[in-house]
Amino acid sequence: MATRQTQSLARLMRAPAILLLLVWMVVPLAMTLYYSFLDYNLLNPGQTSWAGWFNYKFFYTDPAFFAAIGNTLLLVLGVLAITVIGGVAIALLIDRPIFGQGLVRILIISPFFVMPPVAALIWKNMIMHPSYGVFADVARFFGAQPVDWFAQYPLMSIILIVAWQWLPFATLILLTALQSLDREQIEAAEMDGAGAVNRFIHLVAPHMARAVTVVILIQTIFLLGVYAEILVTTNGGPGYASTNLTYLIYRAARLNFDIGGAAAGGIIAVVLANIVAIFLMRAVGKNLD
Amino acid sequence: MGGITLKQVRKSFGDIDVIPGVDLEIKDGEFVVFVGPSGCGKSTLLRVIAGLEDVTSGQITIDGQDMTDAAPAKRGLAMVFQSYALYPHMTVRKNIAFPLKMARMDPAEQDRRVNHAANILNLTDYLDRRPGQLSGGQRQRVAIGRAIVREPSAFLFDEPLSNLDAALRVNMRVEISELHKKLATTMIYVTHDQVEAMTMADKIVVLRAGKVEQVGGPLELYHKPANRFVAGFIGSPNMNFLEGEVAARMGAHAIGVRPEHFSMSTSQGLLSGVVGVAEHLGSDTFLHVDLDNGPHIIARAAGEMPVNHGDRIWLTPQEGRVYRFDAKGLAL
Repeated sequence: MATRQTQSLARLMRAPAILLLLVWMVVPLAMTLYYSFLDYNLLNPGQTSWAGWFNYKFFYTDPAFFAAIGNTLLLVLGVLAITVIGGVAIALLIDRPIFGQGLVRILIISPFFVMPPVAALIWKNMIMHPSYGVFADVARFFGAQPVDWFAQYPLMSIILIVAWQWLPFATLILLTALQSLDREQIEAAEMDGAGAVNRFIHLVAPHMARAVTVVILIQTIFLLGVYAEILVTTNGGPGYASTNLTYLIYRAARLNFDIGGAAAGGIIAVVLANIVAIFLMRAVGKNLD
Repeated sequence: MGGITLKQVRKSFGDIDVIPGVDLEIKDGEFVVFVGPSGCGKSTLLRVIAGLEDVTSGQITIDGQDMTDAAPAKRGLAMVFQSYALYPHMTVRKNIAFPLKMARMDPAEQDRRVNHAANILNLTDYLDRRPGQLSGGQRQRVAIGRAIVREPSAFLFDEPLSNLDAALRVNMRVEISELHKKLATTMIYVTHDQVEAMTMADKIVVLRAGKVEQVGGPLELYHKPANRFVAGFIGSPNMNFLEGEVAARMGAHAIGVRPEHFSMSTSQGLLSGVVGVAEHLGSDTFLHVDLDNGPHIIARAAGEMPVNHGDRIWLTPQEGRVYRFDAKGLAL
């Protein structure tokens, strides 16, 4: 792209793709914006009328709204904490040569291949179930009262399930980062008298900062929209204890048939997601330079 | 202070004996160069001394203390790696200070030592830069600085100049030699380049397949090679070897003559051949000669020599400059 000619030619050739992306993004966004100002209920689709800011006010004053925002943040932060810390730990463990390395790595990656609803169902019925789940068996073995996870710790249970699904992703990215660390640097540090802990603090951790940033950014995008796991396990309950913003919008649209309200919620979610994105880019984006 | 002794040091990876058993005595303050073709185990031997590889058997003594099983950091040695192995996210100052920080040295003393090292190595203006912003030669100096500040009992260099371009290599060679004179600390230097070995070393250790072929001063190796391998490895261009009738006449299986030890004539001499390529450098003339019913040899004439491709030339090895070898390749 050195000359002016190639630059304008390049612009011309980029145009269709950019136009397509723009349409793909702008049209749904514009429609959602439009719907969010309508009183539009699927139970009563003939009586659609202009609602002004009512949908937003209604969504905002809903007692579930702030609970949902809190749950969304807790969910995102909880899963990020578990996957980043756990991912670093597992990556460090499987980085060293061990017997059956290939098999171990495949086993560790495998949760990522399980679809979210399936994973959630497995956890719900086979692991966390209070009467025939694995955790209940373990509890009974030690003579303790089995915990009814989804009733007593609904949000924590969902965090656990989602973290289990995302741990392989974090591990994989962090492992490749770890493997790209120059062995001679480690050896130099060894000769300089740095023990394992110091080597981790001064060499490994700074080296992995970029990979951790990538993990945090990508996971945040997906974790803000967690939905299937909640649907198949707690249905957002008890009360609103495990309802996040996405699930609240689903509730408005699919349980109350309130298209206007759901659209307003969607717009609020988009604004919030952008706030989180700006905050994240400020906080960790400098690692990507 | 920095004497290092190896006793029957053996290193194997699995079934492969990389170093079948080496005995070596390095005196304090000596500049020792390990030289040999690639894959001869010279780097492995250095890493064994550094403690980055465990010995399979044998004993390593540093400063009179048995360090065979000591951790790398406890041996009091500093190493400069081929890739420099600088810490990319730290400034030059922090890189150099890292070993001191790990040793929990007093910060004021750390600063003093870092500044002193930076002074010696001309790095004062670059202390706040990161390795990525430095040139190859500067990175090399930072790596050396990181080694100096520890005031080790010996420095280990693992092919430190192989990533530099030719001109810079010559400069750094001189700088490292000057550094050795200044610090008078034991240095062990690994290279495959015999010019580096000849110009820098007090003592050269020639290795082949993990075995020490010969140990000696540069000129000792040049004048009295113990065998055909050392004779062929030391000297540039390589020594010419002649077998058969010519050698038999001198009572040897093979004779070796260095390119610079031929008397050349266009009319008469012991060996005759046709010039293939003539390289006129002004200061020297290198002639690639195809001997009549003999091998291809290289001869060097000092100064200019008016011979060109296709000319016939006669070569006579100079008196007393012929090396004789038996059938096993040992010098006679």
